[in-house]
Amino acid sequence: MAEARTAQALRTAARLGLISAAALAVFAAILLAAGKDPLKAYADTFSYTLANAYGFSELLVRMTPLLLTAVAAALPSRLGLINVGGEGQLYMGAWLASAGAFMFPGLPWWLLLPLVTLLGFLGGAAWAAIPGLLRAARLVNETIATLLLNYVAPLIVSFFIFGPWRAKENSAYPQTSLFPEAARLPSFFDTRVHAGLLVALAALLAYWLLVEKTRWGVSMRAIGGNGEAAQRLGIPVAAWIVIALAVGGGCAGLAGMGEAMGVHGRLRPGLSPGYGFTGFLISWLAGGRPLGILFMAFLFAILTSAGDTLQITQGLPYSVVNILLAMILFIVLARRPARGGAK
Amino acid sequence: MDSPGSTPLLEARGITRRYGTVLANDRVDLSLYGGEVHALLGENGAGKSTLSKILYGFTRPDAGDVLCAGQPARLRSPADARALGIGMVFQNFMLIPALSVLENIALFLTDLAPVIRRKALERRIREYMDRFGLRVDPSAAVRQLTVGDQQKVEILKLLLARARVLIFDEPTKVLAPHEVTALFQVFGALKAEGYAILFITHKLREVVACADRITVLRQGRVTGALDSGRADPDALVALMFGERAGEGRPREAPRPASGARPILELASAGARAAGSETALKDLDLAIGEGEIVGVAGVSGSGQKELGDLILGLRPLSSGAKRILGADASSWSIARMRESGIAFIPEDPLVMAAVPGMSVRENLVLGTGRRYWKGAGLDWPRLESVMGESFKALAFPLPRLDPPMGALSGGNLQRVVIARELAHGPRLVVALYPTRGLDVRSAASVRDLLRRVRDGGSGVLLISEDLDELAELADRLLVMYGGAIAGEFRRGAWQAEQVGHLMTGSGEAAHG
Repeated sequence: MAEARTAQALRTAARLGLISAAALAVFAAILLAAGKDPLKAYADTFSYTLANAYGFSELLVRMTPLLLTAVAAALPSRLGLINVGGEGQLYMGAWLASAGAFMFPGLPWWLLLPLVTLLGFLGGAAWAAIPGLLRAARLVNETIATLLLNYVAPLIVSFFIFGPWRAKENSAYPQTSLFPEAARLPSFFDTRVHAGLLVALAALLAYWLLVEKTRWGVSMRAIGGNGEAAQRLGIPVAAWIVIALAVGGGCAGLAGMGEAMGVHGRLRPGLSPGYGFTGFLISWLAGGRPLGILFMAFLFAILTSAGDTLQITQGLPYSVVNILLAMILFIVLARRPARGGAK
Repeated sequence: MDSPGSTPLLEARGITRRYGTVLANDRVDLSLYGGEVHALLGENGAGKSTLSKILYGFTRPDAGDVLCAGQPARLRSPADARALGIGMVFQNFMLIPALSVLENIALFLTDLAPVIRRKALERRIREYMDRFGLRVDPSAAVRQLTVGDQQKVEILKLLLARARVLIFDEPTKVLAPHEVTALFQVFGALKAEGYAILFITHKLREVVACADRITVLRQGRVTGALDSGRADPDALVALMFGERAGEGRPREAPRPASGARPILELASAGARAAGSETALKDLDLAIGEGEIVGVAGVSGSGQKELGDLILGLRPLSSGAKRILGADASSWSIARMRESGIAFIPEDPLVMAAVPGMSVRENLVLGTGRRYWKGAGLDWPRLESVMGESFKALAFPLPRLDPPMGALSGGNLQRVVIARELAHGPRLVVALYPTRGLDVRSAASVRDLLRRVRDGGSGVLLISEDLDELAELADRLLVMYGGAIAGEFRRGAWQAEQVGHLMTGSGEAAHG
């Protein structure tokens, strides 16, 4: 049994490695076509990220929200639900956490930090519960609802950034003022790596335990494996749909809280460069498996860093990494037929 | 009918086919003449499907020849068979639900112009419809048709493609009694025009009703080939089952229904319908301890909906549902199950199991909070309880780690039954529990329901097999159009009477 698990893990790792290698090869051809030296580009990327302490710390900073948004997609996926609303849930988590920070600026850190963390979770959870309720009531498909709510959440956040919360200092930038110090997530070793990373790793661990080790996980996997049988066997399917989406959304909300409280220290319109979408991609590529998520989140952190590196060293626009991301997606799509799940 | 001296349209000579260690066909001979209905009879696993697959070019024999109109035929694929005028009507129809009847037929024809001339095609279809009594609306979408009408479309497809030999793989399995009669009339019309029909079945009554000649298979071998004039059911049973014939089928004396405390009661219960479902009207029903209540009906008369209503899957729109006297009208499925309602479905892989999860995990599904242990589950206790259940049922204990989907159909059904009966249910709702099972597995499931009853529990047995109901049911309800059309005590009914009620052609009767 343990050997089978190990073999399975090895196969997964090999598969992910091969996908990445194939994508890198095709991307190299594109770089060549653009008149750039792909080897140098890859070497630069390597030396600016993995081989450099600062670069490596930046990878961890990027990984933090990716892990959480990946869990946000992975948990509902075990029930056969498709949550592509990580982006919106991230924004709403950041928004509610910020509201807490602005409302109780006088609280000591040991009260305020748990509070904003909880609010970050609740913001994302509430936002994801909307599609959950609609789906449970058989009104709207959760894929559509989560996707469309992605466009609403940043507008709500922007309303507050441009309106009630706009910094009083005479700033040209639309942004809120800094959060009280007690609401800032502590960071480590003079880098931008913040406590959100621990939250993310804990969430990934909790996800694994929940799905594989608890009776709730059995219920959720039963729904994903055969919704009709699950219902006939007395599992409250509708309730689980709402719960799974809400808990997933809560994780995305924690990602937003982490970005606001850990990285920026204030709320800005461009809080997330699409972490929610990338997280979905990561979860999907990893097939929802925790180790796969860890690996893919790390890889995607490198890839997005590569965008910055290529911009600086090769004079290529940041968006070329989108080609690389798309390539990976294509290869995966070509390899794997659509996965089944609850209808 | 051609004289036996003429050349058969299709002939199998010494067909042998081996699957691993199983000899599925052992030197099988079969000749099929124009103008005859030839029944291929045998229980599940006797080799009927293998032979038909060989005749249709799906499978190649290890030895033996297939001759078509006297000429050796090379059947490397179904396309070869179709080119030689051999057509097959499968159990699962090969139709595209969203397309119309005409479009489905057009898809199958190879001789159509690139642009379909609908008018001309429709004329051709209608011509065949009239000739053979296969009336369906050519412009109707196939998904709107009843199963019987879909079968007609399958037959029309073959006829328009100029098939002369028609192989029917258990065509009556999906049909209501009146549809079976209509099918036999179609057989008659086809026969009169010189078509050859191979009719695969394991139902004796049908064979005697319509076949001209009968070939009986047992364990891959032909045990008899006879004209229907000389065949009587007892002789056929002997050929089908060999020395095993005569065992089983114990008929008990009627059990007293009075004095039994009702486990489940429905009082003027109704339920709304959506889509192709059947609305339930004014159902009055009581199931007591120690009795099997049978429900007969043509498919789509509301039996599945009744089962769902009892399970709590479907809300009541009127009336009441009571469990041991307590109002259970709005109980959740989980609560119904906790109160001792178990469910044995027709297709466990769809209705009662999760194929991707392990057998062990499937065993814990639906057991409520019995095995909760903190946030986890008490697996050792589950295993010991389920092990006992398997032992009590005399089922072999399967390995628990592999996924449920890896089990064979029979073993899958056993796992579900063992789980459902593990905690001494008060009431077992069995929805077509023997459908699709081979004869022996079906007999063991029936025996099991009897034991559940004898143990003091109630059983609601929903079935389309009147023989099964006659054997098991202490009381029989007949459903038609979502209502109860008749109720009988054991032994107080005749098949024809029930058949009339099932098809809505009789008046409500109570016996």
